[in-house]
Amino acid sequence: MAEKSGADILIEALLAQGVDTVFGYPGGAVLPIYDALFQHPKIRHVLVRHEAGAAHAAEGYARSTGKPGVVLVTSGPGATNAVTGIADAFMDSIPMICLTGQVATNLIGSDAFQEADTIGITRHCTKHNYLVKDPSELGAVVAEAFHIATQGRPGPVVIDIPKNVQVATAEFDRHGVNAAKRYAPAGEADFAAITQAVELLAKAKAPILYTGGGIINSGPDASAALRELAALSGAPVTSTLMGLGSFPASDQQWLGMLGMHGTYEANMAMNQCDVMLCLGARFDDRVTGRLDAFSPGSTKIHIDIDRSSINKTVRVDLPIVADVGKAIRQMITIWNSRKLQPQNLDEWWARIKGWRSVGSLNYPASQSEIMPQYAIERLYELTKDKAPIITTEVGQHQMWAAQHFHFDAPNKWLTSGGLGTMGYGLPAAIGAQMGNPDALVIDIAGEASIQMNIQEMGTASQYRLPVKVFILNNEWMGMVRQWQQLTYESRYSNSYSDSLPDFVALAEAYGWKGIRCDDPAKLDDAIAEMLAYDGPVMFDCRVSKEANCFPMIPSGAAHTEMILHSDEVSGTMDDEAKALV
Amino acid sequence: MHIKEEFAERHVLTLTVDNEAGTLARIAGMFTARGYNIDSLTVADISEDHAISRITIVTKGPPQVIDQIIAQCERLVPVHKVTDLTDAGPHVERELALVKVSGAGDKRVEAMRLADIYRARVIDATVSSFIFEITGGPDKIDTFVALMRELGLVEVGRTGIVGLMRGSEAS
Repeated sequence: MAEKSGADILIEALLAQGVDTVFGYPGGAVLPIYDALFQHPKIRHVLVRHEAGAAHAAEGYARSTGKPGVVLVTSGPGATNAVTGIADAFMDSIPMICLTGQVATNLIGSDAFQEADTIGITRHCTKHNYLVKDPSELGAVVAEAFHIATQGRPGPVVIDIPKNVQVATAEFDRHGVNAAKRYAPAGEADFAAITQAVELLAKAKAPILYTGGGIINSGPDASAALRELAALSGAPVTSTLMGLGSFPASDQQWLGMLGMHGTYEANMAMNQCDVMLCLGARFDDRVTGRLDAFSPGSTKIHIDIDRSSINKTVRVDLPIVADVGKAIRQMITIWNSRKLQPQNLDEWWARIKGWRSVGSLNYPASQSEIMPQYAIERLYELTKDKAPIITTEVGQHQMWAAQHFHFDAPNKWLTSGGLGTMGYGLPAAIGAQMGNPDALVIDIAGEASIQMNIQEMGTASQYRLPVKVFILNNEWMGMVRQWQQLTYESRYSNSYSDSLPDFVALAEAYGWKGIRCDDPAKLDDAIAEMLAYDGPVMFDCRVSKEANCFPMIPSGAAHTEMILHSDEVSGTMDDEAKALV
Repeated sequence: MHIKEEFAERHVLTLTVDNEAGTLARIAGMFTARGYNIDSLTVADISEDHAISRITIVTKGPPQVIDQIIAQCERLVPVHKVTDLTDAGPHVERELALVKVSGAGDKRVEAMRLADIYRARVIDATVSSFIFEITGGPDKIDTFVALMRELGLVEVGRTGIVGLMRGSEAS
């Protein structure tokens, strides 16, 4: 058999996995791979402007298409720049393959030019990583890497490839690759346990479905199954930030997002329920609030594909390790075969109606300035027919988007939930647009976050990607300022966004369209102008400067201790609360 | 505000893992990254083809943390199986120590006498020193080392414990 170079083997192995898009940036230690990619007929390489952008773009591509995102960066700074995106994908369970160049094997450990211990650095922010020391290993490594990244709880896998391994040759037959069988994630749920879960749900007088990103990771059928289970059981449904879209926000049983900035009805229902069915969520500290006050009276069922997510922070009564989509299907089958009927939930729904009537997402209206919540509401109303893909950065705008933009389908909401990475939204939008060329893709941003990866505007220009960046510009790192107001008696240490660029001029400098609006009466027209333009647009939406994001569970507080309005804001907190994130 | 300490119990875990580069770093690093304790750790390959290693880890933590440690170990791709010997029931734990003692006269005689009682073997001797080799449970070795400390202890090397389940089943 003819031998091939490591670089050629890598490309063939990627093709065998169905890869057609790679986000990357060239450099010395990946030149052989870039040469193999030169004018490649089947793999489109998207040249980013910074390796962090490549990693986030791959995340956006993966989250919006369900396919793994592929990143290609050079050694040393190329790899370290990608680390934030790798860690982000690890926290949010996004399937990603990150190919990093490495110095030649004989130079490893010698402090060679652009050498970094990529394997060491990424060991604990990847699902698995590899240093490939011989091109003959590449085929099997790539096959196993894709298997690990996409199966079970998805996550990033790094393959570090020394430059001499890219050049050296070995035999390769893409049909002869033996994918390793050592990683076998959970599939269906244990029958006895899932039957017990169905019985608990059917007997509940105050049930709640607490859903998370696992539903989206499990695939579109998991979302469909969730809708069926909700209809059968009549239970209210809430979701984490990562799970938005898995259940339609337009449904009567939808309570809105839960957690720190979730709705009053979602958090109160979590607190007061008698049976909590947690589906593919992980009891994150942003969701639970104070642990010893978290849903004290409920029987908790937790279905998760990752055993380590179970009993990590909250002790549950019925742990089930399984693919959440398959487990919900099993529940539906058991429910139907036994012809079960839910309990009379009228009283439960009456209580929920009472909590809903609080109107926790209401905000003070203004004729003179654009309220940030109003801007999101109008953006939603004017785009919902197009089923847009929404990405966000991190901060107040992200929470307002989660509260006031509504999703009826999965894979439309891309946000950095676990790691909370400012600078995620623009590259993620670019990745999503690459994977969904006909979709309307909008990055809802803040004026501070957008500057963290603003260089990626050039990428959108180069590939003619018509992404829209909708900046809620309040001239503050708003969430930092809000916490300083709540916790540090309004000492606004370094949270003012000074020396901002002229975003409209900046847009034009990159060949984008720039739009500015500061008048609520003109907002609809300005949004329409943005949507009518067939190229990338940066929208500088000047909003009320000191609006706070409510409702809010302050750190260290219970679900029942929500701050609903700004007049309840206190100026300080005790040290125990200050020490929490 | 002060940092609070949590109650911790000792557990002996054994892991069978792929014998490949970086596996030990992956496991040890995971303990550090997640704030778990390692009291001792031993590793050696155990299969005929050198493909599989057994790692024995002695750790401390509250019960729910021990449960998390096991789950986090199982989550690592090269880890095949994790057994909590402490929870699993009757098991044996053994450790080997080398103990160097220097002295003369009565102390030297007493060291030899105690070594005999503890079934420690002399594996090196000079006119003024011994190296004893002792195996046993950690308590026995602790006690022996404490006695030697009074009789001219120079230095100690310990392997950390290895353990297996009692009975005919694999751990």
